[in-house]
Amino acid sequence: MKQTQPQVRRIVRKTIALALAAVIPALGAFAAQAADKVKVGLMLPYTGTYASLGNAITNGFKQYVTENGGKLGGHEIEYFVVDDESDPSKATENASKLIKRDQVDVLVGTVHSGVALAMAKVARDNKTLLIIPNAGADELTGPLCAPNVFRSSFSAWQPAYAMGKIVADRGHKNVVTVTWKYSFGEQSVAGFKEAFEKAGGKIAKELYLPFPNVEFQPFLTEIASLKPDAVFVFFAGGGAVKFVKDYDAAGLKKSIPLYGSGFLTDGTIDAMGGSGEGLMTTLHYADNLTNPKDQAFRKAYALAYKAQPDVYAVQGYDAAQMLKTGLEGLKGGKFDKEVVAKAMETAKVDSPRGAFTLSKAHNPVQDIYLRKVEGRENKLVGVAEKALADPARGCRM
Amino acid sequence: MDFVSFLIQVLNSLQYGLLLFLVASGLTLVFGIMGIINLAHGSFYMIGAYLAFALTSMTGNLMLSIALGVPLAFAFGALLEWLLFSHLYKRDHLEQVLLTYGLILIFEELRSLAVGDDVHGVAIPAIFSASIPLSDNLSYPVYRLVISVVCLALAGGLYYLIQRTRLGMMIRAGSHDRDMVKALGIDINVLYRTVFALGVALAALAGMLAAPISSVYPGMGSSVLIISFVIVVIGGVGSVWGALVAALLIGFADTFGKVLLPDLAGLMVYLVMAVVLLWRPEGIFRKG
Amino acid sequence: MNSRVSTIFKLAVLAAVLAFPVFGSGFYTEMLAKVLILAIFAMSLDLLVGFTGLVSFGHAAYFGVAAYAVALVTPKYDPASLWLALPVSVAAAALVAFVIGLFVLRTKGIYFIMVTLAFAQMAYYVFHDTPLGGGSDGIYLNFKPDAAIAGWAPFDLNEPLHLYYFVAGAMLFVYGLLKLVLRSPFGRVLVGIRSNEHRMLSLGYATFRYKLAAFTLAGALAGLAGFLYAVLFGFVTPEYLSWHKSGDVLLMVILGGMGNLAGAIAGAVALVGLQELFTGMTKHWQLLMGVTIVAAVLFMPGGMTATPARIMARINGGKTNE
Repeated sequence: MKQTQPQVRRIVRKTIALALAAVIPALGAFAAQAADKVKVGLMLPYTGTYASLGNAITNGFKQYVTENGGKLGGHEIEYFVVDDESDPSKATENASKLIKRDQVDVLVGTVHSGVALAMAKVARDNKTLLIIPNAGADELTGPLCAPNVFRSSFSAWQPAYAMGKIVADRGHKNVVTVTWKYSFGEQSVAGFKEAFEKAGGKIAKELYLPFPNVEFQPFLTEIASLKPDAVFVFFAGGGAVKFVKDYDAAGLKKSIPLYGSGFLTDGTIDAMGGSGEGLMTTLHYADNLTNPKDQAFRKAYALAYKAQPDVYAVQGYDAAQMLKTGLEGLKGGKFDKEVVAKAMETAKVDSPRGAFTLSKAHNPVQDIYLRKVEGRENKLVGVAEKALADPARGCRM
Repeated sequence: MDFVSFLIQVLNSLQYGLLLFLVASGLTLVFGIMGIINLAHGSFYMIGAYLAFALTSMTGNLMLSIALGVPLAFAFGALLEWLLFSHLYKRDHLEQVLLTYGLILIFEELRSLAVGDDVHGVAIPAIFSASIPLSDNLSYPVYRLVISVVCLALAGGLYYLIQRTRLGMMIRAGSHDRDMVKALGIDINVLYRTVFALGVALAALAGMLAAPISSVYPGMGSSVLIISFVIVVIGGVGSVWGALVAALLIGFADTFGKVLLPDLAGLMVYLVMAVVLLWRPEGIFRKG
Repeated sequence: MNSRVSTIFKLAVLAAVLAFPVFGSGFYTEMLAKVLILAIFAMSLDLLVGFTGLVSFGHAAYFGVAAYAVALVTPKYDPASLWLALPVSVAAAALVAFVIGLFVLRTKGIYFIMVTLAFAQMAYYVFHDTPLGGGSDGIYLNFKPDAAIAGWAPFDLNEPLHLYYFVAGAMLFVYGLLKLVLRSPFGRVLVGIRSNEHRMLSLGYATFRYKLAAFTLAGALAGLAGFLYAVLFGFVTPEYLSWHKSGDVLLMVILGGMGNLAGAIAGAVALVGLQELFTGMTKHWQLLMGVTIVAAVLFMPGGMTATPARIMARINGGKTNE
């Protein structure tokens, strides 16, 4: 019995040593993993007019991360979320909240162009990576382009330019444009005009109404008396629904075809009732694309969120894909924004919208589709422009 | 602008003006008679529109929905008055502003929680879905004309209510001197509750009637709030007749501003308000 | 609260504000700077609402005009001189307030509220719809103003700490200035106008001139706030002039307690603080915000600054003067 004491002691010692041997590497691994975490700041609208868009983008982004087991390029993703309220006057502060307080590595946002411009400013000043999952202001990948600013969506110019050519090809010579008097509307009309006039068309009149006024009746009367061959518009959300309904109710839809850029018929078809039927729009996504990626994406999204995905969800999903390519550039090493940005530039994104690459100014070079509203869907008619790149005017990079 | 277009634009102005009157009528009552600066007026409009959407998807009939919705809105207004506003009459008016601002936030978020943030449409009742041709390519939806008729009827009804009925008499008296009315043995609390509920019901009715043409979307309340205040103030606070005239004036200013001075269209409404108030600092129809 | 307790409390707050950057992180220092700027903005409005009885619902116009002024006088690739940009912005705001004041001060009560809103909305659309201010997207202020005088720079606004103390200094300056103004015969006339304008008129005061002077001064101080805000965040948007902003600042004044400069400051702190607290909690933070505001109105008559006195009265067994 005398020997038992030291024996017990030895056993205890061994056990401790073994336990330590097992635990320390695990701790080490844990520590390494923790250091490897990449912090993503989602700055999107979760209240107000654009709340549903902000939610769709968030869902899309998180879906891709979940599909990859919570990791992108081997790095665990940690989220920080701020509601930007689509208010430009709070935007710089909200962006710096994510950058300075939460110390995020990557900023993702947003929907509203004015807010996105403010975010781009903060991202430039702090040299933080920014991925814009919707806002289409041309400047973001134009005069304000920067090595650390990327976009997974589109520029206002892209779908509008594609539509300019389509409208001319369809034999319309004389067109009236209508939009809100704000930057996005003006840029859409400018893109349309550029392609349409190049193809020999003429803009009879550009009509603008103050944002966010939706009393269209005076303009419908004016359109009726100008009798153009076609009308091109940019509106979104509630304004889009109202315009299309009013246009139909005024009987103009029968005599003067209506064309729209982008979001006129996205997330709004149901609310338009039958008035949207047959409407043609151009965008980088459509509802019945045939590529397997899109089908898998839609299935998984519907399963996860009990809702049909839309173009906003795709843009969120692709923002995560771009980030993955960027993080893979680290090859498992520490986060370095310059390495990530360099890698992200070369991304070939296998998007539900069809594969795309990034232009030198970091805007998607993508197919723009011509779609037609049939029932509750934006049915694909064909490709309006293959691999259309934004001209990135004013970008020095 | 040729003559036919001009006439159509006049029709547009009238129609828009009447719609604006509908939205503002409830505000002028509450504002003029109770002295409450009700920022939540737009929210009641929004609630009406969503009510129309919800009830129509259940009943399939907008008119039936309105018949159900207006009493609901009235009861809701009475409840709010009892719960919140009745405690504030002796306080500074500006504290009511704060209260109604809080209500905007609450209603908007409850809307988001209950219905979500998507845009929805409400179908125009089948019997009013036709259009009347105006020129070779332009026609006018019957439903808009129906709304105009309803607005005119409502203007007449309100005028009658306030000028010719006993309730109207009490309302008019109450707006002048709360304590005196009390001394005369009229239950001022019931009176105020009725007026406030009526104001909420009118705003909700406006939202329900406008839902088929404006669609139903987040933030729709704030889009009508400021314009309603503009109309009430131009017309002269508390004057139904003034609100009607002011609404028509704004209808014309907005319509012709967009067509003739597109660069100033955004300013137009406010320019008109500034000019009117500098000319008559207490509105067009200031009550005695 | 008796005056000595109140003074001690104010001094403690002042010490905390001045010491904050030493302990607080960069982000919270920036946020506190924002609160101080909003406090200036709220105090400038309180001069009108709380002391003169003029409820302006368009006060953001002067804030925004000054913000745009600094953005527009700053060259694209160089900083502007602080000693030019600051006076120009404040003067621009004062001038706009003076001109608008000439018109709006002819109206009273609710009409005054709405006419001030009308003019502010016009200013909003001037910046939103015309290329003058870069349209609806707003413009960047790429360089903060340069404080150098003939090559010698007493401080550098690009340094967050310098900027913070510059803002804190401006806030103290405005607080002191308004205290002086209110104590002067001019200030007493303003308070007299609030309680009874007819009496002041019959006493022989040309009240219009006094009101116009107060309106211009309030506009200039709102302009100072707008200038600082633009410099702090480096971005100017038409939303600075929107009626929401006018509403926000009015809320600060009412929530804090009208006719009390400390109340205006407390209101600014409370609104920003509550928002900060709630946004971290839920997506539907505006619901919490709304409920809090409604509760504040119901249970804190007279605003925050009136509350301590009410509590003291309760504790002492007396009744509140409701």
